[in-house]
Amino acid sequence: MSTTTQAVVPRPGFLARRQRSYILFIVPALVVVGAVIVFPWLFTVWMSAFDWKIGSVPHFIGFDNYIKLATNQRFHEAIVHTLYFTALAVIVPLILGTIAALIFHREFPLRGLLRSIFTMPMMATPVAVALVWTMMFHPQQGVLNYLLSLVGLPPSLWVYSPTLVIPSLVLVEVWHWTPLVMLIVLGGLAALPIEPYESARLDGATEWQLFRYITFPLVAPFIVVAAVIRTIDAIKAFDTIYVISSGGPGTASETINLYLYLQAFAFYNVGNASAVVVVFFVLILALAMLLLYVRQRAKWT
Amino acid sequence: MTDHTRDDSTDNHRRRLLQAGLGAAALGAVPGASLLNAQAQSGFDWKRFNGEKIEILLVKSPRGDLLTKYHKEFEDLTGIEVGSEMIPEQQQRQKAVIEFNSGNPSFDVIGLSYHVQKRQFAKNNWLTDVRPYINDKSMAAPDLDFADFAKGGLFYAVEADGRVMSLPFNLDPWMVYYNKELFDAKGIAFPKTFAEMTDAAAKLNDPGKGVCGFVARGLKNANVPVWTSFLLGYGGGYVDKNGKLMTDSTEAIDGAKMYQTLLAKYGPAGVAGYNWNESQSLFLQGKAAMWLDGIGFAQPLEDPTKSRIVGKVGYGVMPAGPKQQVSALFADGEGISTYSKKKGPAWFYIQWASNKGNQTRMLQAAAGAPVRTSAYAAAQATGDFKAPKQWVECMLASAKIAQPGLPVIAPVTEFRDTFGIALTNMINGADPATELKKATAEFQPVLDKSEKA
Repeated sequence: MSTTTQAVVPRPGFLARRQRSYILFIVPALVVVGAVIVFPWLFTVWMSAFDWKIGSVPHFIGFDNYIKLATNQRFHEAIVHTLYFTALAVIVPLILGTIAALIFHREFPLRGLLRSIFTMPMMATPVAVALVWTMMFHPQQGVLNYLLSLVGLPPSLWVYSPTLVIPSLVLVEVWHWTPLVMLIVLGGLAALPIEPYESARLDGATEWQLFRYITFPLVAPFIVVAAVIRTIDAIKAFDTIYVISSGGPGTASETINLYLYLQAFAFYNVGNASAVVVVFFVLILALAMLLLYVRQRAKWT
Repeated sequence: MTDHTRDDSTDNHRRRLLQAGLGAAALGAVPGASLLNAQAQSGFDWKRFNGEKIEILLVKSPRGDLLTKYHKEFEDLTGIEVGSEMIPEQQQRQKAVIEFNSGNPSFDVIGLSYHVQKRQFAKNNWLTDVRPYINDKSMAAPDLDFADFAKGGLFYAVEADGRVMSLPFNLDPWMVYYNKELFDAKGIAFPKTFAEMTDAAAKLNDPGKGVCGFVARGLKNANVPVWTSFLLGYGGGYVDKNGKLMTDSTEAIDGAKMYQTLLAKYGPAGVAGYNWNESQSLFLQGKAAMWLDGIGFAQPLEDPTKSRIVGKVGYGVMPAGPKQQVSALFADGEGISTYSKKKGPAWFYIQWASNKGNQTRMLQAAAGAPVRTSAYAAAQATGDFKAPKQWVECMLASAKIAQPGLPVIAPVTEFRDTFGIALTNMINGADPATELKKATAEFQPVLDKSEKA
C-alpha cells in the first residue's frame, strides 16, 4: 500500500501544481484498489511459485506448479468440463430467453401476471434451488423419472451418470437463469422504434423477415449484454455443481472451480491452488476478449 | 459386558491393532493410565477453576447438540463459563487448520474426528499431551477410568510414543443393517461371511419390485470406508512400515472387486451418487435388503414418522472376510489446543464431556455410540432407553473386532478423494486392479511429501 502512495505522490517537477493537487484526490482510490485488488492478485502469483501446503514450510519451486498442471490430466479434464458447461449454460438460456422475450413482448391477456411468474426462478437462492433439483434428479424417488414414466420413457440416471451429469446441471442453470436473459432482451425490445416495422409491413415483409432484418439486429447489443452476464455467471458457477454432484460421479462434472476448491480448502495445497487461479485468470481474460470482440461486432451491425 | 480388558479376545484384538500399523504402542499406555488413575481419587475439586472462561469448537451433530444442551450443568458444577461454537463438519475442519496455523486459535477445546484429523493434528503438535493431568491427583476426576474406555477409542486418542492427546468420546464402527422381512420372505439367514453376503445380495436383489440386494455409499470420497471394510476382511492394510501404500495389493483388489460386485450388480441405479443419506432413505423405505454403514443410524430407522420398516430392522455385525472379521472403526474425541492459556479449565471440560453421565445420555438420546462401555449397562438400567437390544449387542461385538477404517495419515481427504474416484469409476464399469494401481501411483507421492514435511 505504502509503495503505491510513494510511487504516486512525488511526481517529476514539470507537472503543473494544479495537476498535482488533482492527483492527490485519486490517491485514496489507488490505495483501495491496490489493497483489495492488486496486492491479493500479486500475492496469488507469488504463492503459485511455492510448494506450500498449509501447516508446512513453503518451498520455492519456481514454475514447477505450472509444469505439473500442464501434465495433470485431471486439471485438463476440468478445463474441458468448464468450457462445455459454460457453452451450454450460455447458449441455451440465450435462445430460450430471447424466444420468451419475443412472446412476452406481444399483447395478450394476463401478460403482466405470467411475466412475473416466469421471472420467479431467478429470485430463488441458488443453494436451495440446487437442493430441490437434487431431490428431483434422484433416480428412484425423483419426480423427473416419474414424469418420464408418465409419457412412457425409460428412467434416466440424470446427475448420477457420467455422461448426463453436465447436461443435467445445465438444465438447472437454464431453469434458473433464462428469466434473466428474458428480462434483458425484453428491455431491448421495449426500446425499439415502431417506424421501421410500419414501413417494412407496407413493403410486404413477413414476420420472419421482420425479426431477422429489424428486431434481431436492433436487440443484438442487448443479447450480447445478456451473453456477457451469463458467461460470467456460468464460468464462476460453483454452488449448483457443488451441491448437486460435487464434481461427480468420479470427476465427470469437476469444473476448474471445484478442482480449485478441493486443492485449496480440502487438501490445503495453497501453492498449487494459486497456480490454478492464475491459469483460470488467463482463461477468463481470453474469454473476456472474445466477448468484447463480439460486442463490437454487435454494435456495428 | 462392561470390561473388555479381561476378555479372551484381548490378545487377538491387540494383534489386529498391531497389524494396523501406526500407533500400536498406544495400547501399552492403557493399563498404566488406569493404575495411575486408581490413586488419583483424592484432592480433586471441580470448583478449582471457578470464574474462568473457556471457548469450545464443536462439530454440528447430535453429539455436539447434546453437549451444548448440558453446558449449563458444567458451568454450575465448575463455575467455569463456556463459550461454544458449533459448525458443520467440513467447515469445522477448515477452521481448525486455519486457526491452528495462525498460532492463535479462538478455542481452548476442539472436538476432532480422529480418522481425518488425528495425524494432521499430531504432526503439527496442535494438541496438548494430557498425561500430566491424568497423573495429577488434584486434576483427574474420580470418574476418569481408562479401563472403561473401549480399546478402539484409546487407539485413536493415544500416540505411538504414549502421549495422550485427547479423550475419546464417540465410536462409529461399521455394521450391516438388514431388512428382516425381505430376508425372511426368501428364507435367508443373515450372512456370516463375505461369500454368504454376496450370495444373499444376489438372491434378494429384485429390480422388478424396486428392491436392491445391497446399498452403500457410491459417492466419491464418502465411499472409501465401504471398500476398506472389505479390504480389511481380506486381510489387507493401508501403509506398510516403509511408508509404501498397500492399496494395490491382492487383498485391496479383492476388496474392490467385492465392492464393485455388490454395488454395480446388486445396488440401486445411480448408486455412484449415493452418500449415506440416499442409502438411508432407500433402506428405510424397505427398498434395500442390506445397508453397510456406520452404527449411528438406528434412531431414524426405528422412527415411525420416517421409516416404513420400524421393528423389521436387523443389526448385523460385519460378516467375516476370508482372512479375518473386522469392523471398520471411526471415532471422535476432544482435545486441548496447545496454544490455549486455560489448559486446566479445558481439561476439566473434556473430562466432563466424556464422563459416564454424558456418555449414558448420548446413548439414551441415540446421539452416538459411547466409547465408555459402562454407559451401555447404565443406559439400560434407566429404562428410558429406546435402542433395540440387537443394536447394543451389535455395537459391543463390533467394538471388539474394530480396526481403523481409514489410514492414520495427514492427507486423509486426498486419500479419500483419489481412491473414491477410483471406486466410483469401478461402479461405472472400470477394472478394479487398473483403477487401484493408478490411484496408488497417484497418491504415493502425496503421502511421501506429507510425512517428509
